[in-house]
Amino acid sequence: MRGIRKAFGATIALDGIDLVVGAGEVCALVGQNGAGKSTLMAVLSGALQADAGEMRLDGQRFAPRDPLAARDSGVAMIYQEPLLAPHLTVMENVVLGVEPLRGPLGIVDRERMRRTAESALAELGHADIAPDAIASELAPAAQQLVEIARARATGCRILVLDEPTSSLAYADVRVLFDLIRRLKQQGIAIVYISHFIEEVKEISDRFVVLRDGRNAGNGVTAEARSEDIVALMVGRSMDALYPRKSRTPGGVVLQLDRVMPGDAMLELRRGEVVGIAGLLGAGRTRLLRTIFGLEPVKSGRIRVAAHSGSAEPRDRWRQGLGMVSEDRAGEGLARSLSVADNLTLSRLEPLGPPGFVLPSRQRVAASKWIERLAIRCADARQPVAELSGGSQQKVAVGRLLHHDVDVLILDEPTRGIDVASKAQIYELIEELVRAQKAVLLVSSYFPELLGVCDRVAVMSRGRLGPARRVDEWNEHSLLMEASGARAS
Amino acid sequence: MERALTVDGSVGRPRVVARRRLLDEAGVLGGLALVLVLFGALVGPQFFRAANLELVARQTVIVCVAALGMTMVIVSGGIDLSVGSVVAMSTVVTAVALRTQGPAAAAAAAIVAGAMCGLVNGLLVTQLRVVPFIVTLGTMLLVRGAAKGLADERRIEAPVTWLNSLLRTARDGSGLWLPTGIWITVALAVLVGLTLRYTRFGRHLFAIGSSERTARLCGVRIGRTKIAVYTIAGMLAALAGILEFSKLSVGDPTVSNGLELDVIAAVIIGGGSLSGGKGSVVGTLAGAAIMAVIQIGCSQLGLPNWVQQIVTGSIIVGAVALDRLRS
Repeated sequence: MRGIRKAFGATIALDGIDLVVGAGEVCALVGQNGAGKSTLMAVLSGALQADAGEMRLDGQRFAPRDPLAARDSGVAMIYQEPLLAPHLTVMENVVLGVEPLRGPLGIVDRERMRRTAESALAELGHADIAPDAIASELAPAAQQLVEIARARATGCRILVLDEPTSSLAYADVRVLFDLIRRLKQQGIAIVYISHFIEEVKEISDRFVVLRDGRNAGNGVTAEARSEDIVALMVGRSMDALYPRKSRTPGGVVLQLDRVMPGDAMLELRRGEVVGIAGLLGAGRTRLLRTIFGLEPVKSGRIRVAAHSGSAEPRDRWRQGLGMVSEDRAGEGLARSLSVADNLTLSRLEPLGPPGFVLPSRQRVAASKWIERLAIRCADARQPVAELSGGSQQKVAVGRLLHHDVDVLILDEPTRGIDVASKAQIYELIEELVRAQKAVLLVSSYFPELLGVCDRVAVMSRGRLGPARRVDEWNEHSLLMEASGARAS
Repeated sequence: MERALTVDGSVGRPRVVARRRLLDEAGVLGGLALVLVLFGALVGPQFFRAANLELVARQTVIVCVAALGMTMVIVSGGIDLSVGSVVAMSTVVTAVALRTQGPAAAAAAAIVAGAMCGLVNGLLVTQLRVVPFIVTLGTMLLVRGAAKGLADERRIEAPVTWLNSLLRTARDGSGLWLPTGIWITVALAVLVGLTLRYTRFGRHLFAIGSSERTARLCGVRIGRTKIAVYTIAGMLAALAGILEFSKLSVGDPTVSNGLELDVIAAVIIGGGSLSGGKGSVVGTLAGAAIMAVIQIGCSQLGLPNWVQQIVTGSIIVGAVALDRLRS
């Protein structure tokens, strides 16, 4: 791949990326969230078309128009979450799309299907997986093996593994690595995408670092230290986006005592921002959802001000907690409802006599926040789906302001929004904290955490570490901690 | 926060919003006007005589009352296939109760029976977490069977009371001009319309229908709200059953077979969305009226029943297609 470029509107996702992978080689592709790894692989697999640059496969020009064309040319992708048809059997999944046919009517040849599946699985050293098993009944690790078998059965020459270990247990990771080595010996080129530096060190021959859509560096894995790779991933100075001033935290408003899932110990005080850093899939969202009562507490205790124990989201709002979901379209906002409905949904009580909601009062209440947050919309009755991402996010945050909560739980509040909206959200956080509110902020963008938070804790592989003062962290150490590569 | 940033780029756009809102309901009302004009031209001016319009209204009240409940259920993202059976059950309960009780008590008994059916629907949907389509498909058969059992698979004769005259035209100078049943329907429509628009319950229904996960995040009591909406739908179906009884003057466990489809069609023609979050009382009433006009117009033109069905079917598909194109 040479000089690959891809822009989405004004955002340049890839700005002239080069990537070379040889047969029988494992090349690790690393970079922070949003560095462009997934976009690059989407171009390779035909899901996206590059705006510029060219790809060559065995010296031939390669420009797949869609994923099917890429697969026919021998490029296979394995994603984080297994993508199998859950109700079909293993062998049906292995030959999905390339079913062996028989006779003029094109009847599926089940015998050949079975043989193909068995030989593909045997080739991977996993003849133990029964071709007749139902896909959804297999463990995640086995499902992943079936996916790789499918890639083999369709004759792949380039295999892309996108964060393949994030849903696997340790033993399964070993099995996967053995398999990767075996595929390597069979002459398959492998692109291995991972956040985990230790994995990269162990399995790859070479590494390529992406940062902000550009090549940040590359090298031979055996010759590089973990710290060097991380330094290449970070490599940027902090922006001046963050208006933080000195703060004086007050009393504890939220206390986590050995809360599972997450094994979390944390205290949040009035007038401070505590950040939770981590990589995608580290369990941060799950922890926040557990605090807010959207998922069950397995063990441990959550105290919110004077209240103790678990509770439904409804109770959490009453106790002065509010949450912004990371899934803006699916959970954060009811997209077909108006801006006013979305802003006021959690607290309709003051908008009319008991049990009633007067649309005029609802609009007045909403207009106040539309103006203060500079939400760009025609008026409060406009459906939220028609707004820009930044304005949508401000509606989601505005709901917490309308409710007048004391503790704001923000899950990736600035993901996918424009810089101006980001700056406004940072400024808003600053003002809220000065008004003695408390903020718990989850973000995958480390400069943001370092710029906004007073204390930061790192979550890695489902466990929350201790919260330390922000000046004890830097991007480098956060990333080391989050990648599980503790600096020695 | 006071340095409110720009609120530009939005001048003149509120009108767009208002216009589209008007279009939503104007679409259905326009459709109603269209079929009225069409059949008026084909049948002649006598089509618009008061007696004929009243016939349209009488024809459609039963569907309308049941459709009010269905509108709320569909707004919340659900569906209720059991309404036809609940209507039949309600005629039977009314007739049985009339043997020993007064008309008011009989009507109350029918409404309680309808509420129980709705409550069962709501409990099954929320507790079993089975999709409403399947749950109410089951209770459709269940309630129909129960009605037949209660009636011993026969029509139930009942003494004549004022319940039999709910849909009878009052031309005795009582000043009400229209049958009581129509006034009841109008009152219920206003009530349901106001509930959807001006109450917390109504706004919660829209929120659940638009995105159940968002509603949960915002602390809406989803289970309770759903149970309430199915119960109310059951009560309205029972009221439709009382009107049906008034028309038949007997309790008939086999009546209103397939009524649920007419009721759902009225809501859909009226702009309701089966994926939830959309629907309005005005739209639903207009939808039901469109179907009644087609039915009566076709029969007055001497067109056979199959033509009428083809026309109604085309309108349903057309309404949904239009809705798709607009959004």
